[in-house]
Amino acid sequence: MSEDKMTVPTMAELLAKGEKPEILFWVGCAGSFDQRAQKITIAFVKILNKLKIPFAVLGTEESCTGDPARRAGNEFLFQMTAKTNIEVLNAYEVQKIVTTCPHCFNTLKNEYPALGGNYDVVHHSTFLQMLINEGKLKVEGGQAFKGKRITFHDSCYLGRANNIYEAPREVLETLDAELTEMKSCKTKGLCCGAGGAQMFKEEEKGEIRVNQKRVNQALETKADIIAAACPFCMTMMTDGVKEKDKQESVKVYDLAELIADAQNL
Amino acid sequence: MTGIIQQIVFVIVLIGGITIFSLKMKKIIRNIKLGKDLDLSGNTGQRIKKMLLIAFGQKKMFKNLIPAFFHLLIYIGFIIINIEILEIILDGILGKHRIFFSDLGMNATLYSFIINTFEFLALGVIIACVAFLIRRHFLGIKRFQHSDLKRWPKLDADIILYVEIVLMGCFLFWNASDQSLQKIYASGGGTPENAAIYVETGTFYLSSLLMPLLSGMGEGSLILLERTMWWGHIVGILIFLNYIPYSKHFHIMMAFPNTYFSRLQPQGEIYNMPEITREIEMMMNPDAAQSGEEAPPPSKFGAKDVTDLNWKNLLDAYSCTECGRCTAACPANQTGKLLSPRKIMMDTRDRLEEIGNNIDKKGADFEDGKSLVSDEYITEEELRACTTCNACVEECPININPLDIIYELRRNLIMEESKAPGEWNSMFTNIENNAAPWQFSQQDRLKWKDDLNDENK
Repeated sequence: MSEDKMTVPTMAELLAKGEKPEILFWVGCAGSFDQRAQKITIAFVKILNKLKIPFAVLGTEESCTGDPARRAGNEFLFQMTAKTNIEVLNAYEVQKIVTTCPHCFNTLKNEYPALGGNYDVVHHSTFLQMLINEGKLKVEGGQAFKGKRITFHDSCYLGRANNIYEAPREVLETLDAELTEMKSCKTKGLCCGAGGAQMFKEEEKGEIRVNQKRVNQALETKADIIAAACPFCMTMMTDGVKEKDKQESVKVYDLAELIADAQNL
Repeated sequence: MTGIIQQIVFVIVLIGGITIFSLKMKKIIRNIKLGKDLDLSGNTGQRIKKMLLIAFGQKKMFKNLIPAFFHLLIYIGFIIINIEILEIILDGILGKHRIFFSDLGMNATLYSFIINTFEFLALGVIIACVAFLIRRHFLGIKRFQHSDLKRWPKLDADIILYVEIVLMGCFLFWNASDQSLQKIYASGGGTPENAAIYVETGTFYLSSLLMPLLSGMGEGSLILLERTMWWGHIVGILIFLNYIPYSKHFHIMMAFPNTYFSRLQPQGEIYNMPEITREIEMMMNPDAAQSGEEAPPPSKFGAKDVTDLNWKNLLDAYSCTECGRCTAACPANQTGKLLSPRKIMMDTRDRLEEIGNNIDKKGADFEDGKSLVSDEYITEEELRACTTCNACVEECPININPLDIIYELRRNLIMEESKAPGEWNSMFTNIENNAAPWQFSQQDRLKWKDDLNDENK
């Protein structure tokens, strides 16, 4: 596989060829610019390429969905951004969107319809789960994780916001590792501290940072790997592990990275 | 008191109690209607199902079994024992004694079965109330020791539990004194005309255990006790009825409409602001704007005071029972920030009550110059600590949504007051100029692809 050049077509390129992809991969701002999150993007693209799933990205035509602006209270900016995105998406007649960011997922899926954007939006955890269930994605190199303990950190915008708790866990189950839950999980999952535009500002005064509290819970499970499914959670958990000086023994990975890794992609 | 005077006093007390309660309810409904319109009509079937599961069936309480069990005891106890109120009211109005049994000819076995059931439920309520008092005061449960619960809210919670114990005590001692009287008349003692009133009902097991406590009492003092307990029970209930709308205990009524009208959309979705959509559509398409209808009058964006919130937010506020499950689950509160979703609800209700009282005392046009977002109520710091994680919304046993209020208050801070932390302003500028919250050019959005292909060369 690594011999081949990875293909990442844009919608514009495909349109020029008169083609339309099955899915639009919505990369998101973190997935595009954040160095750590870029690795998630790349892992997911590798999986799409391996399975020969026809996809495209918007590339330079993609904008922020507006989630942090809306949650901070800037509805004007949100709607302006959303309207711009909807015009682009509708111009390409996009039907199905897959994204690796739960915030993009929630906004595109739940909040764009009121502004005229109606798409079938799937988060990559559900997408991977479907591929596994359909037998298209077989995790044969799962041996790599044998004997490892993995704990999954629920993203608020997947879990409570959209009731997606099982899909990421089912994906992790294919890895042949030992899954363990934190003290607060699923509906009671503790936030990483980044949502609601907190990612973009200092935390308010308190006794401890939210990500430190969450990482403490993760470390209590004695897991070797903290699995995440959100680029913001990734940042917060990675930082928290570093602050505890545990970055050598405890790794934070996205679901897509774990699956790509298990497949030696 | 002779029979007829008792009847008259009873009718006056009953009508008085219900009237005062109705007047208070009218004011609360008026206060809730001070909120902005929100169309929550339709989806009746789905809403009824939700109400039955969550309010009537207490589904969300059962996430935590021990409090759920005790809460259920009180809930069932109160609902079922209140059937007895029907008999008490009929007795009171008609001047009868245990009318179901004495005049309506209920079978003795059935009657004593019903009263025995009530008595066991009453004991259940007492046990649960004691358990709750212990939980609240001695088990070091953080949400009960929290700084949100000072003065009235703290006292209120205790008053409710004590009153419930007293009401159940009245019911049990009423039955005990009644049976002691029955015993006197059955053995041929006492005044004959009273013997006709206190006819034998069969044994009420639990209250009969209290009879030895009354063994030294004569007929006169037993009748006095029986009447006091009977009046204590019904007057207590009427007082409690009027206490409820001033108390966190209001949830026993409000939980039903509140769950009925609770959100059907995914929790992650924020309500859209159509007034902004209209403005943006005009900006993006000026031609349509010219030919279209006239722009709506400019309104305030978001909420600064409770009257800028929608009526459902205000219904939420009156429904809150201050249990603090939201605050206990809040990541900001758990890490020592000022934000407490429970306090958001309590402040909203207290401010709304303040506005309601101003209307009553100083007229509808009176402005006190205060607002919900202020040092007296909710501060900016509290609002800024929210991670919008929905833990508070998920936790609430009756589907109160503190996050909805936080969003509306944040909207006002940003769009009306331009109050944002500097970092947020940078984030806004970046989104506006670069289409990303960070300072990267939109032209570089595919740079990661180069990394990917470098790696694969």
